[in-house]
Amino acid sequence: MNTVIELPRRIKKLSGPKLNIKHGCVELSHGSGGRAMAQLIDQLFFAAFDNEWLAQKNDQACFPVTTGRMVMTTDAHVISPLFFPGGDIGSLAIHGTINDIAMAGAKPLYLSASFILEEGLPLSDLQKIVASMAMASRLANVSIVTGDTKVVERGKGDGVFITTTGIGVVPHGVSISGDKACPGDHVIVSGHIGDHGVAIMSLRNNLQFFTTIESDTAALHNLVHHMMTAAPNIHCLRDPTRGGIATTLNELALQSHVGFMIDERQIPIRTEVNSACELLGLDAMYVANEGKLLAIVSPEDSATLLTAMRAHPLGQDAAIIGEVIRDPRCFVQLKTKTGGIRMMDWLAGEQLPRIC
Amino acid sequence: MCLAIPAQIIKILDFQRALVNLGGIEKDISVALLADVAIGDYVILHVGYALTKLDEDEAKKTLGLFADMMQGDANA
Amino acid sequence: MKYIEEFRHEDTAKMLAEAITTAANPERYYRLMEFCGGHTHTIHRYGLPSLLPSNVEMIHGPGCPVCVLPMERIDKAIALANLPNIILCSYGDMLRVPGSNKRSLLQTKARGADVRMVYSVDDALHIAQRNPQKDVVFFAIGFETTTPPTAHAIKQAKALHLTNFSVFCNHVLTPVAMDSLLQTQQQEADAVNLDGFVGPAHVSIVIGSQAYETVSQKYKKPIVISGFEPIDVLHSILMLIEQINQQRSEVEIQYTRAVTREGSLLSQSLMAEVLELRSSFEWRGLGSIPNSALQIKSAFAEFDAEKRFTLPDTKGIEHKQCDCGAILRGLKKPTDCKLFAKVCTPENPLGSCMVSSEGACAAIYAYGRGSITA
Repeated sequence: MNTVIELPRRIKKLSGPKLNIKHGCVELSHGSGGRAMAQLIDQLFFAAFDNEWLAQKNDQACFPVTTGRMVMTTDAHVISPLFFPGGDIGSLAIHGTINDIAMAGAKPLYLSASFILEEGLPLSDLQKIVASMAMASRLANVSIVTGDTKVVERGKGDGVFITTTGIGVVPHGVSISGDKACPGDHVIVSGHIGDHGVAIMSLRNNLQFFTTIESDTAALHNLVHHMMTAAPNIHCLRDPTRGGIATTLNELALQSHVGFMIDERQIPIRTEVNSACELLGLDAMYVANEGKLLAIVSPEDSATLLTAMRAHPLGQDAAIIGEVIRDPRCFVQLKTKTGGIRMMDWLAGEQLPRIC
Repeated sequence: MCLAIPAQIIKILDFQRALVNLGGIEKDISVALLADVAIGDYVILHVGYALTKLDEDEAKKTLGLFADMMQGDANA
Repeated sequence: MKYIEEFRHEDTAKMLAEAITTAANPERYYRLMEFCGGHTHTIHRYGLPSLLPSNVEMIHGPGCPVCVLPMERIDKAIALANLPNIILCSYGDMLRVPGSNKRSLLQTKARGADVRMVYSVDDALHIAQRNPQKDVVFFAIGFETTTPPTAHAIKQAKALHLTNFSVFCNHVLTPVAMDSLLQTQQQEADAVNLDGFVGPAHVSIVIGSQAYETVSQKYKKPIVISGFEPIDVLHSILMLIEQINQQRSEVEIQYTRAVTREGSLLSQSLMAEVLELRSSFEWRGLGSIPNSALQIKSAFAEFDAEKRFTLPDTKGIEHKQCDCGAILRGLKKPTDCKLFAKVCTPENPLGSCMVSSEGACAAIYAYGRGSITA
């Protein structure tokens, strides 16, 4: 269907004093729907996200529907600290939602961004976050077309909470889903595990190292497109975020009603991340990743897929780490470095550093 | 009951503290429980304190013992 | 990571597992207890039970300071956290352990108390220095490995003339606990004999191997002080089996790269300077054991949280069907407990063996169910 998109007339900007981004803070008036809110949206959000949809200043965005099946996803982001080596809550939000769409084999098209701001949040911090979101979405070629802003009283938020919703489209004939793993399939991870979780944990008080470990936050849709071109029949894709690869594998085991046998020696992990986990008594399998994916594919396709992934910048360290097995208990098992076999169970509560 | 890990001293700091390297990670720790310590020493680290120096000769002996046992198996 | 990775090699593990199978007399059963919770964790995290022959069984001991801490001590820590103007500092291990009213320190923090996780007692000292208007209490737990840092921190606090730092001391002792456990074993009519112990790695750095000689001779049990890595544990199991076969009952050091017969004299004298024996201490699951725990000496009374603050007396009520006591003493396995994996899980721990990741029940639940229900 050919549609002619008319470029909208540029709406006149709201007059008024410039926001004091350098020294100003979020105030309750910024969420009250009045002039202050309009100025915040105009001078901060619209200025950064600038595109034809936002320029229309409607409460909604209209876009054409292309052929295929629509994909939709939503995420809330409540991370603390807001800024960390390798990214911030803004880039994390954009990448996270793009990745959820990509895990269906879909092309991400549009995003919405909804902000709950805490009274007192420095505007300079908010601007950094928004700029980071703008850059992440531009690099990914996905526009933020609509959004919302609310302000809560001091003490009732963690600086800023961001909710992003994404829309994408998956071509007909593509059906990638967590319930499609079959016994005999191979499990591939796209790169080093544990970077993000350790980067965050190392920033928290009293756990600081002198070595900087960076978050791996990244948009994976380009890698996924590349993978699907090389191996059109991928069974499952999932990004192992909170709870790490162990949690994701347990989720997939239940969905597909299978078991997994993973080989610890094949799992790529950076030396520094491994050391940090040893020092703090953490198990890297449960540590969050924000720029990695797990792919489950038939054994006939795994070599081709692995080669294709390694040719892409975000998949250079990809590795086959195990296989799907028949197991009515849906257990994820691990062959350890020492050759013993043990379960890799669900995480019980948040993983905390231990001394024992 | 006690998670402890070998790390190498890379710098001596003031107030009975030192900087250690553990597989690429650097951390500052207390060496107050050690009679003496030098750059290059390996220490066993627990809750931010070096408990003792690791005896590298003994470590090599233990690893040598395993190597001999493996060799013995190979020759058997 | 040097001196770590070499002690995890698969080929060495395979060789030692085969040596254990060859050395173990097929006509007999070997019941070996690893006393230390850290060893329990190593054994399960590396899947060592799957490498051992069927006539060698590892029994998990009570060397888990989180598991053996009575509920009323956690209640006191929570009460401290709830006092006005207090910052309570704790190692990560204790934050999720529920007290008598089912609430943990983490949940107490969620309700507004200032509870902070620290990696080291020194971090608690720094917090005290940076917050002179607040009272900082450090929740000290652990066996002898963790005690010297606490003693050192108290001395430092005195040297710095800190008036807002104190320690809630719950340090416990290993050889006494081993003795109590073996005594109970002797007295229990239906107790099955323990043949030997894999002795703690890092406690032994501090107290030395000589600290176990009395217990070993009294009960005629071999004790091999093992390093922390999976290869160390396998090697120690082999050494124990050889001792048992030769009917020896000696204290041997496998962890020669870190443990000596005398231990760390500096750490021992520091502990003796700042801390003294409590006449008795209640161990969760093991009952009251005399001379098994430490308290702060009167010379350092101003740093003793139990003297500075008035704390409530509570009595922790254990679930009637909880078998932790028997499990901690090696008399029962986690799978023998009616509550295990059904009602009692890591998300909903009813007993002490499930609350800590190195408790016997938590370790089997997380790592070992693959082989149980196969």
